[in-house]
Amino acid sequence: MNNEIERYTPAERSNHWAVAILFVLAGLSGLALFHPALFWLSGLFGGGVWTRILHPFLGLAMFLLFLVLAIRFARYNHLNAYDRQWLKQMDDVVNNREDRLPEVGRYNAGQKLLFWVLVLCMLVLLVSGIVIWRQYFGEAFGVGLIRLAAVAHALAAFVLILGIIVHVYAAIWIKGSMGAMLYGKVSRAWARKHHAAWLREIGRK
Amino acid sequence: MASQDITARSATTTPMPQVRQVGEVAKLIDTSKCIGCKACQVACSEWNELRAEVGHNVGVYDNPNDLGADSWTLIRFAEYENPASGNLEWLIRKDGCMHCADPGCLKACPSPGAIVKYANGIVDFNQDKCIGCGYCISGCPFDVPRLSQKDHKAYKCTLCSDRVAVGLEPACVKTCPTGAIVFGSKQDMQMHAAERIEDLKERGFAQAGLYDPAGVGGTHVMYVLHHADQPSLYAGLPEAPAISPLVELWKGVTKPLALLAMGAAVLAGFFHYVRVGPNRVDEEPDPGEPTVHQVDPSVHVVDPNKQP
Repeated sequence: MNNEIERYTPAERSNHWAVAILFVLAGLSGLALFHPALFWLSGLFGGGVWTRILHPFLGLAMFLLFLVLAIRFARYNHLNAYDRQWLKQMDDVVNNREDRLPEVGRYNAGQKLLFWVLVLCMLVLLVSGIVIWRQYFGEAFGVGLIRLAAVAHALAAFVLILGIIVHVYAAIWIKGSMGAMLYGKVSRAWARKHHAAWLREIGRK
Repeated sequence: MASQDITARSATTTPMPQVRQVGEVAKLIDTSKCIGCKACQVACSEWNELRAEVGHNVGVYDNPNDLGADSWTLIRFAEYENPASGNLEWLIRKDGCMHCADPGCLKACPSPGAIVKYANGIVDFNQDKCIGCGYCISGCPFDVPRLSQKDHKAYKCTLCSDRVAVGLEPACVKTCPTGAIVFGSKQDMQMHAAERIEDLKERGFAQAGLYDPAGVGGTHVMYVLHHADQPSLYAGLPEAPAISPLVELWKGVTKPLALLAMGAAVLAGFFHYVRVGPNRVDEEPDPGEPTVHQVDPSVHVVDPNKQP
């Protein structure tokens, strides 16, 4: 009998990594324009002009693929009373004492919160990004709105990058989760430790 | 070319050369002397080799209708019924870059060196370094820079930095037939303006004054206005121009702080890993799995060492 269970299908993994690659590209090209100290990153994209040309398309592609991913996972990310309790015990979370935490389903409260933060950031980035996309929308918006959008775009990107730093670190910290997204499989013991309610639920099926 | 020392440079966080004390220049535009002949527009397009597409008349004398990537200066006409005198006044203003002492375009620009400010006060765009993002347009309090649809680069009045560098006045100044545009050191222009304002006041324009807005640190293109208390009469000249607080927020101290926060988040993760350590799963045998060796009764194992 197989000791491993499937957590992510090949389609889900491909979708996730496509978004991840586009995030890195859109993020690096965006950071090049974010602060002079990082303008050298524009060299990775063929110079400043190419960075300006490519960044919006990379962002748009990231948004569209993220939308597909979000539709796949949204139903697992409804916050409930257990999640509020879990968040109150953040001290136990960060000190590897999950035995004291309420039982977790497919996703814990941190993962769910990250999901909704990403959804919000992506929406703000899309809308504000279109407003500041001079090449195609230069004449469409007033300067006041464009200035507001520039601030909103930078702010949403900042929150998104912080969120992804937390996300990536959590994957490094919680051994076994990287494998889940790379190969799709987790061990039963991993599921019992981190997502006991989810393990029970899939056991019933 | 001492007059062309670069004292400020876009997307640059370290100080630029400040040692030489170069005098500031200024162009003074006297709206009370301007007859709206547009010779300055022609001189600008000739000197700078600009040939804007011929557009359509939209019912006002403004021609072209707006500043453009190939129209760096534009005479704007406004009709004003003066409630005090009952006169219809034709207010004519030469629009274009104001060459701010604190340029919003330069503050907003993300490309190092694409926008520079010279020691003499001229703000200039280097199109070879321009990446075409249009941030300068958002940064400008006067709505001056324009992106070209031909090359997606931003353009605006250079105050003829090439001419000024070799001791000539800007092309528009040279051509102005009424002397409404004059050029010299900023101090001389302020003194000249003071004389003009005194004259205008004597002639009944009690509110005549100099437009050299402090909100942008003063400008290197100044206006003498008959109605300096109401600059917006002159085709929407801003009353109190300043870099927008949103641009200050966008390009100010928030960005280095944001970078710091991102770096701190990565470090926080690293030190969490070092102190608390990874969260591993003890792969104990799963109780749901059969752990006992299964014996197939049809297979007989012969072990010669085994005593019967």
